[in-house]
Amino acid sequence: MTLLSLQGIRKSFGAVDVLHGVDLAVDAGEVVGLVGDNGAGKSTLMKTITGIYRADTGSIEFDGKDILPLDPGQRRRLGIEMIYQDLSLAKQQDVASNIFLGREPVKKLFGVIPGFVDKGEMDRQATKMIERLGAHLPSINRSVGSFSGGQQQTVAIARALTFNPKLVIMDEPTAALAVREVQSVLDLIRRLKSEGIAVILISHRLNDVLSVTDRIVVLRHGRADADLVTAKTNMNEVVSRIVGGGDTAAAAAHEQRG
Amino acid sequence: MASETTQPGFWARVQRASVERLHIRLESLVVLLALSTAMALLSPYFLSLSNFLNILLATSTIGVLAIAATFVIGSGGLDLSLGSVMGLAGVAGAFVAVNLGWPSVLAVIACILAGAIAGYINGQLVTRAFVPAFIVTLGMLGLARGLALVISQGRAIYGLPPEIVYIGQGRPFGIPMPVIILVLTAIIAHCALAYTRFGRHTLALGDSESAARAAGIRVEHHRRIIYTLSGALAGLAGLLFTARVNAGDPTAGINYELTAITAAIIGGTNLFGGRASILGTMIGALIMGVLQNGLTLLAVQSYYQQMAIGAVLILAVFIDQYQVRKESRV
Repeated sequence: MTLLSLQGIRKSFGAVDVLHGVDLAVDAGEVVGLVGDNGAGKSTLMKTITGIYRADTGSIEFDGKDILPLDPGQRRRLGIEMIYQDLSLAKQQDVASNIFLGREPVKKLFGVIPGFVDKGEMDRQATKMIERLGAHLPSINRSVGSFSGGQQQTVAIARALTFNPKLVIMDEPTAALAVREVQSVLDLIRRLKSEGIAVILISHRLNDVLSVTDRIVVLRHGRADADLVTAKTNMNEVVSRIVGGGDTAAAAAHEQRG
Repeated sequence: MASETTQPGFWARVQRASVERLHIRLESLVVLLALSTAMALLSPYFLSLSNFLNILLATSTIGVLAIAATFVIGSGGLDLSLGSVMGLAGVAGAFVAVNLGWPSVLAVIACILAGAIAGYINGQLVTRAFVPAFIVTLGMLGLARGLALVISQGRAIYGLPPEIVYIGQGRPFGIPMPVIILVLTAIIAHCALAYTRFGRHTLALGDSESAARAAGIRVEHHRRIIYTLSGALAGLAGLLFTARVNAGDPTAGINYELTAITAAIIGGTNLFGGRASILGTMIGALIMGVLQNGLTLLAVQSYYQQMAIGAVLILAVFIDQYQVRKESRV
């Protein structure tokens, strides 16, 4: 079942054309890798999906609905969630505060004075979210800034999950991680998939993309230049599609070494 | 990574627990106790109930200003106009009560409203004109002080009605009114900052504006509320001061922002926002109060007190930043 369908998306900023008619489809529960060189239009494309940019022409359907006229908040309520590379975490606040930032559950103090944040409820639900991801954090009451990169990524993903998303877009989730942590983040992506959540993974780390995705879409010069089934492709082909042909054996070998 | 494997020491765990559960940095409590002990040893007059109430009374104005500073700095902002706005508010209240002869209730409202308006203007300029808070509030420092001098024609306004004087000098149950007002304000402010969505969003905003924005918090709106609140609290401080000295003095509150910001920083407020606690700030304000009181009892000239406060501010920020750097190295 097609969850997200983009057709002929064009976007230009002044005289600069960034997207020249991109087609992209993502099924429910599918993990799609989005790769391409710097300036290929990856971030612009993602921002037209989340609604931060409005496409000049083209159509975007999500869950059978035309979402082109919707703003980012409305699209988020429909189930599109994006995790940015900087994770947008408040580093000095604890896990639950970050997960529920902006939507803290409230209760009445002594049953009378309204507007008090229900910290106990927040902590319980946050713990449940982390467990649901099969992840481990040192303590739920510590500031997230004291966590490793992978643990912070876990918090960001748990936060995204509280919106009950159908699609999670992740921008370079493994770029700044230690080797051992990359695996745990890839496991989190597999966990999302197993829960029927679709994931679009933007990454320069082609090894990660090849190991976790179902399909790989190569963006080149503002077009979806190739749509490859991960099981039937290899590093060499992906690299050659990204740079646009030529002898890429050396570059592919370099990527393979990681 | 290392923090996972190595068990933190006892002191580190107590420190963390006090910050997480009580919102107090233990170091500030230690400094307060050490300072009080030192003063008690140096001066025979320090340890007495009347001196204790004196310290609290002297701390009440600074304490209210320090609460304002805590909210603003915790949200990643800065308000240098606190002392001047306090002076303006006191003059405005005295003008309404004495020159206009209006009822005391209106004079009280005028104090707080004058502060709130000044704070509101600060907030509008910071969020809409994109002038840095440092410059906006520094400008307001000059504007508010000048306006206070204009309204009062450069002279203190005397002859306040007894109801207002009671706010500053009354002693129900033997406790000075300003102290009661400070304690009530601090309790409300503490609950608002630590336990409500408003307070949590304030700290999140100071922590990471982009995270707050991504979470759907109306960042600019929130900042305007914070600056307005800061101004209103400065207005309250102006009321307390004016009522206590029984005069609308246009030069009231000069350099008070220095002491207020210092109290907030000693109390554990992160200078760059994201971490703040009213309980901590109250300890910070008491430290400043004990320091000034003790130096006065020891007959140290007030010029040196000013120097001491400035040095304490720099030292407090240095220690805070040193610890942050040490933690991030772990």
